[in-house]
Amino acid sequence: MVQQYIGASITRKEDERFLTGRATFVDDVKLPGMVHATFVRSPHAHARIVAIDTAAALAMPGVVAVFTYDDIASLAKPIPVRLYPLPSLEPFLQYPLAQDKVRYVGDPVAIVIADSRYVAEDALDVIDVTYEPLQAVVDIEESLRDEIIIHEAPGTNLAAHYVVSTGDIDQAFRDAEYTRKERFKTNRHTGNPLETRGMVVAYDSGELTVWGATKVPHFNREVLSSLLDFPEEKMHFIEGDVGGGFGIRGEFYPEDFLVPFAAIRLGRPVKWTEDRLEHLIAANHSRDILCDIEIAMKKDGTILGIRAQVYGDMGGYIRTHGSLVPASTAGLLMGPYNVPAYECGVHCVITNKTGVGTFRAPGRYESCFIRERLLDMAAADLGIDPAELRFKNLIQPSQMPYNAGRTRADGDTIFDSGNYPQALTRALDEIGYAETNPKRWVDDAGRYHGIGIATYVKNTGRGPFEGARIVISGTGDVAVYLGITTMGQGHETTMAQICADSLGVSMEAVTIYHGNTDYIPFGGGTYGSRGTVMGGNAVHLACQNMKERILSLASTYLDTEPANLVLQTGEIFRKGAEHGPALLSLGEVAGLAENAGSDEEDSGTLEITAYFEADQLTFSYGSHAAHVAVDPETGKIEIIRYVVVEDIGRAINPLMVHGQAVGGAAQGIGATLLEELVYDDSGQLLAGSFMDYLLPTSTDVPPIESIVLEEAPSPLNPLGVKGAGEGGIVATGATLANAVSNALAPLGVQITQLPLSPSFIVKLLSS
Amino acid sequence: MKPARFDYYSPSSRDEALELLGQYGDDAKILAGGQSLMPMMNMRLVRPKVVIDINRIAGLSHITPRRDGGLAVGAMTRQRELERSALVLETAPLLSLAIPYIGHFQIRNRGTVGGSLAHSDPAAEIPAVCLTLDTEFELASSGGERTVKAEDFFLNHLTTALEPVELLTEIRIPQTVGNWRWGFQEVCRRDGDFALVGAATMLHLDDKGICLEARITTFGAGGTPMRMDAAEEYLSGSSVNADDRSEAARLVSDALDPISDIHASAKYRQDVGGVMVRRALEQALLAQALPFNEGEDAA
Amino acid sequence: MTTERNIRLTVNGKAYESLVPVRMTLVDFLRGELDLTGTHVGCEHGVCGACTILVDGSATRSCLMLAVQADGANLMTVEGLADGPELHPLQRAFQRNHALQCGFCTPGLLMTAYEFLRDTSNPTEEQVREGISGNICRCTGYAPIVQAILDVSQEAG
Repeated sequence: MVQQYIGASITRKEDERFLTGRATFVDDVKLPGMVHATFVRSPHAHARIVAIDTAAALAMPGVVAVFTYDDIASLAKPIPVRLYPLPSLEPFLQYPLAQDKVRYVGDPVAIVIADSRYVAEDALDVIDVTYEPLQAVVDIEESLRDEIIIHEAPGTNLAAHYVVSTGDIDQAFRDAEYTRKERFKTNRHTGNPLETRGMVVAYDSGELTVWGATKVPHFNREVLSSLLDFPEEKMHFIEGDVGGGFGIRGEFYPEDFLVPFAAIRLGRPVKWTEDRLEHLIAANHSRDILCDIEIAMKKDGTILGIRAQVYGDMGGYIRTHGSLVPASTAGLLMGPYNVPAYECGVHCVITNKTGVGTFRAPGRYESCFIRERLLDMAAADLGIDPAELRFKNLIQPSQMPYNAGRTRADGDTIFDSGNYPQALTRALDEIGYAETNPKRWVDDAGRYHGIGIATYVKNTGRGPFEGARIVISGTGDVAVYLGITTMGQGHETTMAQICADSLGVSMEAVTIYHGNTDYIPFGGGTYGSRGTVMGGNAVHLACQNMKERILSLASTYLDTEPANLVLQTGEIFRKGAEHGPALLSLGEVAGLAENAGSDEEDSGTLEITAYFEADQLTFSYGSHAAHVAVDPETGKIEIIRYVVVEDIGRAINPLMVHGQAVGGAAQGIGATLLEELVYDDSGQLLAGSFMDYLLPTSTDVPPIESIVLEEAPSPLNPLGVKGAGEGGIVATGATLANAVSNALAPLGVQITQLPLSPSFIVKLLSS
Repeated sequence: MKPARFDYYSPSSRDEALELLGQYGDDAKILAGGQSLMPMMNMRLVRPKVVIDINRIAGLSHITPRRDGGLAVGAMTRQRELERSALVLETAPLLSLAIPYIGHFQIRNRGTVGGSLAHSDPAAEIPAVCLTLDTEFELASSGGERTVKAEDFFLNHLTTALEPVELLTEIRIPQTVGNWRWGFQEVCRRDGDFALVGAATMLHLDDKGICLEARITTFGAGGTPMRMDAAEEYLSGSSVNADDRSEAARLVSDALDPISDIHASAKYRQDVGGVMVRRALEQALLAQALPFNEGEDAA
Repeated sequence: MTTERNIRLTVNGKAYESLVPVRMTLVDFLRGELDLTGTHVGCEHGVCGACTILVDGSATRSCLMLAVQADGANLMTVEGLADGPELHPLQRAFQRNHALQCGFCTPGLLMTAYEFLRDTSNPTEEQVREGISGNICRCTGYAPIVQAILDVSQEAG
């Protein structure tokens, strides 16, 4: 029997090196003569730089160099936008070092290189930067008044404003029998992978090698090449092992220019390992969204239209994909529902805070919270059960594919496939919704219990392309080189599963190589739940092409037609005689390739590179349900049960899909209850360490019940897969806020902002 | 995030340590368990010129019964040892009850009783418990020893009666005789975090259940842990019934004047401080001795 | 001279002697001087637990100790867990339960679990959760880690 790898919960091939301490994370890379970098960062949120005196630092034993803006001036170009570029964003981009002004606490002012990190930090103590502090703007509404201008050239703090719309919104509100308007706010927080950022850069004989790249190394190489004016083909980006990404890691940051710059200037390998305090002020923040929203409905709960204004706090500069966050909030604000008319104004607002980028399910966590809270409020107003209200409005399977209209400036939103009501039904069944009556109660200890639900849809698998290269050696070993990267997702196993099934070899024969720009000329990288959709299908496509080539070579040799042959468990059989003797091994076919002559483009090696292209997104979807208990005296929330139902089309490895769902939900629980990057009025980050930025621990995260559905394979790719990385987190804010609001409804509480800290809950209860 | 330069001494005797302290005074920091000092040094929030590591001094780590029935605990005794000590459970169950709330077990493996007291975080458990237990502290300097009562030890936020030349060497917990009950409650953002606010209580009851003496301490609600005099006086002579407990809670909230930070508002600490006291009193009445068992062999 | 000191210690059964700056943290010493890079640095202020090792048998944050303080100590790091090619039951259980994704927190969690299981026989799920609550994992949501530790305790019976 041929083993089917796809769909099997296979334990990970890569685990052993992590379990034994033999993995190679970037800080584990050590090169001869290596020196260490750290950064002078602004202590002010908004200030002019008057002078920088580096003399004392340079005189310090062990200090190798200090570079300021003047040293990079000849190369200075802004870091470009990677996703969601808009022309108006250009004047707000960040340069690698601040020139005459700093715009957030943490803005890099100089890079210091020394023999050790200890000495480099000593040097920070004696570098004297004279600042002229300016008044800081930390609030979206205050920023929009443009009384204090953060970037002088454009003369405004509004970096972008546009409107997306579909249907006749005015008509919808004219026809409305019920409307409700609310303001919602999501808390600034971020991914905080447990490994901070870092890089080791070596410059030798005109070649530049960068360890520590991940997520989008090919894109970052292109950017670095442009910024350094250095040939791309002489740059080698190496990923190594990566301690989590979640959207934060691997974007092109100022440091991604400065460390290579220093390595070239000094001709010595330079290591920079970000520390946690740096990470919290320097790496992208996310989720800082303010939204005014109004819904128009009929009295029976039918949605007629939604109009909204979404304000995204971008921080001091527009970073590589900061504008994606409000765009994605607006893009899926209508969710998995029939919303005939929709209009949303999108605003990218500059403030004196750390720059914003994506965090797992960017914009979708936010929009789900906003929409699903509003639906619960409407349900209560109209006297309709929240589940019933949702069923009434969910897009039906018969409507698929469903064009939701132009909800994004860059194109229509088209849901590829799905049975949305089924996913909600499943979540309700799991939490025992029908049997739980009433849906809220008070226990003997005085705690308020409530059930909350939310539904979501989430675009995954962004194109335009992804690549894979397969090489089969004379031993029959299959090497697969990926254009995607991995930050813990387990691609060395899942991609091997896909390859083994698609090609017809055993998994043991397959080795996955990833995260090196030398492996494959082009690669899109790993973000937005695209790894399996794009990378997996690239592997599949390369395998199909490879199989064709193998059968062609074999058929020529065996003097038969390819159609008469099959490739199975790494051997060629005559069709219909798969249980008989093998005709050729893969290694033998590799040998045939070597002798195949010059008409084969790969000049004799059994090698195929394929690029899978996609111009449409796949949409994962699902529902969450939670049962919470709230202590009204302390405001402490206990999550008694948490259910995640997600349909991802097809699960390559259910064990790992559940891992993604549960891990995502845990992050969402942290985000909703604990995590917040709080700033004071002067722009100082008050949650600047893990003492104050509270990540969830094992006693904060309940056992999460994960249900993976495979009811609606995507019609957009041969594997039928949709991304599985974000469904666990999308609806956490919405579901928990709905559960808490439901529990506390008798006390007059309606949640409209996050996080749900004990102090905040008690404040709501006492007002 | 690496410590700034310092000179390092690891004296092997108490006298040697006291001599170094006498020499360096304000320029020196005592390194005990390091669970508070090391993070601050790594962040360069504290930059001592001299670090005096007292981990190699014999005789600073012990849990011994005193002749008067109380307990003497060496300042370098690890919190984990207190947690596991049958003697502590027997003599000062309130301490046994509170210790598991400190950080996580890895922190308690290293963290010391003296370090917690000398650092004196206003939301820390050990200072609050010591204040409730009417503990005395032995402070030593090269000039000799003095004894300071807990009520005179905690002066202000992270400030104690310890002079720069002094070392906290031992804490002395008096014996409690009679029908005493204990309660300890705190509310945190996450388990193991410093409390947003908390309360420790001790009730001495007569055989009719009338309160002979009440001790109530709040922590995390001011610059230091604080005894709640009005509530203590109110409860004394009462039967500590539900109304009494609520009134005590109200008196506590009235007496508190906490500050706001990013984790909780002043109002929250004020209100919930009362709630913690009420719950700690309920816990004290319900529990004979030690309801808390971390699951390990407590004895 | 007090800015550098000679230390002797044992790590995973092997004796080392080294001259170290007194301000060097133990984790930087293990990683930078002994090339034992399995122990990770996640926060350097004692919260995340990624640097947890055993110091004389006790799970300890190695970012909150100076290397000089380990003079004379017997340390165990994740590199000392497996018996040659034979994985420790905890390591096997972590793999079986998919208790790691990025793997960065894993060494610290393994060392924490090692002491926890030594001190706690037949723990409940709640006890395991309490026991590992000083180690942050950003990927897994903890459930598979809890299950892996419970598995090992049941194997040990």
